[in-house]
Amino acid sequence: MQIDFRLPSLGADMESATLAQWLKQPGEAVRRGEAIAVVETQKGLIDVECFEDGTVTALDVAPGAKVAVGAVLARLSVAGTAAAAVASAPQPPPQAPPAVVAATPATPGAPREAAGTGGLTRISPAARRRAQELGVSLEVLAQQAAGGVLHIEDVERLAARAQAPAEDARSAMRAVIGSAMARAKREIPHYYLGLTVDFGPAREWLARQNATLPIQERLIEGVLLTKAVALAAARIEGFNGYFREGRFERVAPVHVGSAIALRGGGLVAPALLDADRKDLKTLMREFSDLVRRVRAGRMRSSEFTAATITVTSLGEEGVETLYPIIHAPQVAIVGAGRIAEQAWAQAGAVVVRPLLHLTLAADHRVTDGRSGSRFLQAIAALLADPEKL
Amino acid sequence: MATPMQDSEVRSRLLALLTEIAPDIDPATIDPRRQLRDQVDFDSMDRLHFAVAISEAFHLDIPEQDYPQLGTLQSACEYVQGRSGGR
Repeated sequence: MQIDFRLPSLGADMESATLAQWLKQPGEAVRRGEAIAVVETQKGLIDVECFEDGTVTALDVAPGAKVAVGAVLARLSVAGTAAAAVASAPQPPPQAPPAVVAATPATPGAPREAAGTGGLTRISPAARRRAQELGVSLEVLAQQAAGGVLHIEDVERLAARAQAPAEDARSAMRAVIGSAMARAKREIPHYYLGLTVDFGPAREWLARQNATLPIQERLIEGVLLTKAVALAAARIEGFNGYFREGRFERVAPVHVGSAIALRGGGLVAPALLDADRKDLKTLMREFSDLVRRVRAGRMRSSEFTAATITVTSLGEEGVETLYPIIHAPQVAIVGAGRIAEQAWAQAGAVVVRPLLHLTLAADHRVTDGRSGSRFLQAIAALLADPEKL
Repeated sequence: MATPMQDSEVRSRLLALLTEIAPDIDPATIDPRRQLRDQVDFDSMDRLHFAVAISEAFHLDIPEQDYPQLGTLQSACEYVQGRSGGR
């Protein structure tokens, strides 16, 4: 049974990506969860994983080509009965529902981003000469143009863009964040709650743990917070899942998106899968791996589509409080400010404690302040008793 | 170690470790006396990765309370020389 392997949406506002590399060739076997291709997006290079066991039969797109979300990248021959394959082929993975754009592929940007290498590109003789002078590969030019006629101005524009990739990537990233956040602000009726938490018990527990652990296994505070949020999200309904097509879809596994700032500017929020069911050691190892790959610009497609709730933190040098914006189609995001020593009343005395300002932005179509309040208090209770994390 | 390592040797090894854990940093732009946190947005995970890399490369056991001494390239360099030479 033949199935199409399509470019998944890797974010609410992704319209296209450039195929960077094939990791499999026709005739090679692929396993579910294995990466087939690497695509370049505004968020960096992303491994696109396969969701079926099978064999690659054809590659439809050449490296360098710009591909629209939903376009066919390759064809696979999958095992199993024809009926089973038909049923499963068009389905996204069970734990990685497509982001909003996938449901509306006819985005305004689509016409100028022809899928694959469909159209033939013609290059004028003058443009061809200019490309040679500038040392620009005609093949790359043709792939970037993806159909139509290339003139001398196009060659110069593309050559200039190739020389200023960092600046280009930064403004592209800013544009992606801008439109995703504008949409979230426009469509999601946010409400905001805040709670100050004494982080002392968590910090002291962590220091005791880390003193006994080899450096490779030590934990950081962010992992405790991620686990606390995951457990609270699993217990209190209305914060873990998606709001799509007018209703809330509760999701059982808790995949916590972790906002990670990029040094070039912007941020990504790849997911730590099943965070509520993993112990701190495992979560720490996966978080560490995630940050390494984000820094190296190498992430996996499932990490972008999977998050069911997000945690964002400004780190040690940030401000006390942040008011985050929900990542659609999720319905909640937890913000953590800097943990700083402050005066705190405790048992009738003022003491100095490391305090954490936790905030919650949640979707009023799904929950209200009362359940939001319970959710934040559940996180606080877990942080007060870190043995239970 | 038989002879203490040269400052420049330690520093270039530290720079190599830095770019290994954070390939998005341009080592040529690092000011050795400025906090990595301030100049290249080192977060707590980057800081831990740096400490792990130093610990493995120089065979040092680095307790958590020493992490602040790895805050700048210069202080990390002094820390490594101090710890290596003290054996």
